[in-house]
Amino acid sequence: MCSLCGILGCDDHWTHSVDRPGVFTRNTDRHSRRSEGARRVAAANRVLSFRRVTLAEWQGTSYVVSNATGASSVFESFSHLWPEAETLAGREIDPLDEALIEWVEAR
Amino acid sequence: MTPVTLLTGFLGSGKTTLLQRLLTDPGMARAAVLINEFGEVGLDHHLLDRIDDNVVLMKSGCICCTVRGEVADALMNLQSLRTRGEIDFDRVVIETTGLADPYPVLQTLRAHPVLRSHFENGGVLTTVDAVNAARQVEHRAEAVRQIAAADRIILTKTDLAQEGDIPALRATLSRINPSARVVTGADATSAIVERLDPALPPLPDETEPGGHHHHHHDLNEDLGVVTFSMTVDQNVDWTDFGIWLTLLLHRYGDRIFRFKGILSIEGEDRPVAVHGVQHLVHAPVHMQHWPDGPRVSRLVFILEGLDPEQIRRSFHAFMGLEKVKAVA
Repeated sequence: MCSLCGILGCDDHWTHSVDRPGVFTRNTDRHSRRSEGARRVAAANRVLSFRRVTLAEWQGTSYVVSNATGASSVFESFSHLWPEAETLAGREIDPLDEALIEWVEAR
Repeated sequence: MTPVTLLTGFLGSGKTTLLQRLLTDPGMARAAVLINEFGEVGLDHHLLDRIDDNVVLMKSGCICCTVRGEVADALMNLQSLRTRGEIDFDRVVIETTGLADPYPVLQTLRAHPVLRSHFENGGVLTTVDAVNAARQVEHRAEAVRQIAAADRIILTKTDLAQEGDIPALRATLSRINPSARVVTGADATSAIVERLDPALPPLPDETEPGGHHHHHHDLNEDLGVVTFSMTVDQNVDWTDFGIWLTLLLHRYGDRIFRFKGILSIEGEDRPVAVHGVQHLVHAPVHMQHWPDGPRVSRLVFILEGLDPEQIRRSFHAFMGLEKVKAVA
């Protein structure tokens, strides 16, 4: 639990490779966790730009997605990224869509 | 952490019979059992000899639509009784209804804020009826889905099967799910007690050194179920992989019955194993060493109605692999 805001739980999504016994771990300190977070946001934005949606991290605790009209949405768990992004984009984001594949290849 | 084993299998494939036998086994003496009734009659609990304090009967019927909350409630109740010292158990077995997908229960274990600190995935056991399974696999996607989700497969009714049926069935099972261990009913206790080995490498014989390759088998042409594997001889970026797989599972998780992979990650000496069922990815595991053979990343999917070639295209694009190849 966060001692400041009292929010329960934390975002231990499988991609974060958090420091836990028996689990693939590579981000064991604060700096590496933050830089991994920044890389993750950059990688997501390469895909999201296809639908003109942008992801940003907020204080290392939450995420904000916003679209070209300025509408935005805040969420805490990385697992909410794609549903939130699709809602703001107003369309689905399909990794098997040829146009998206070409978009990602070009970046 | 207390392991939770899911016992699943097609209707009439012998789950209750198996459970009945297991409950009399001394190796299972400290197991709490949750049973899910199907329909109003709820015959199953009459067939079970030992319904004591450790058995909670779930009365809602079909597990796939209603029981997520009940599984959580039942497990919370068990945990609370154990904390108060009223019962003691060191593993939980959940028997699901014949049509159920194991995914909602696994997801409940993973996502529930309290349960995830006390219970872990102890594996999915699927009972497969040696007499009828071959036909079920041809006609019912649920049967394929349950076999695909299994960590271990228990063959039942082997005494009733025709000679020659069992080797053919084993071949079918290993095409659908090459990484599951297949045992007969007599070895079921050891299959439950055995710890899950998520690092089991998929399809070790399907690697070709020095190149990209992929191939797939049609498991069931009518249902469009295929098993598909791809290997890549370059390192994979963990962050890009995470973005790709989360997006793929978000959009198509309900059509990906199972996936398993061993990855050569940029900046890591040891391989990382990932595996999951539908939308759910288990915690990735750092393996101690590479299995025999070349150090290549491999991914295996069991899919329904998706084009393997397009998945390969998408993977290569998201990982930036085609670009690297073009430069080379």
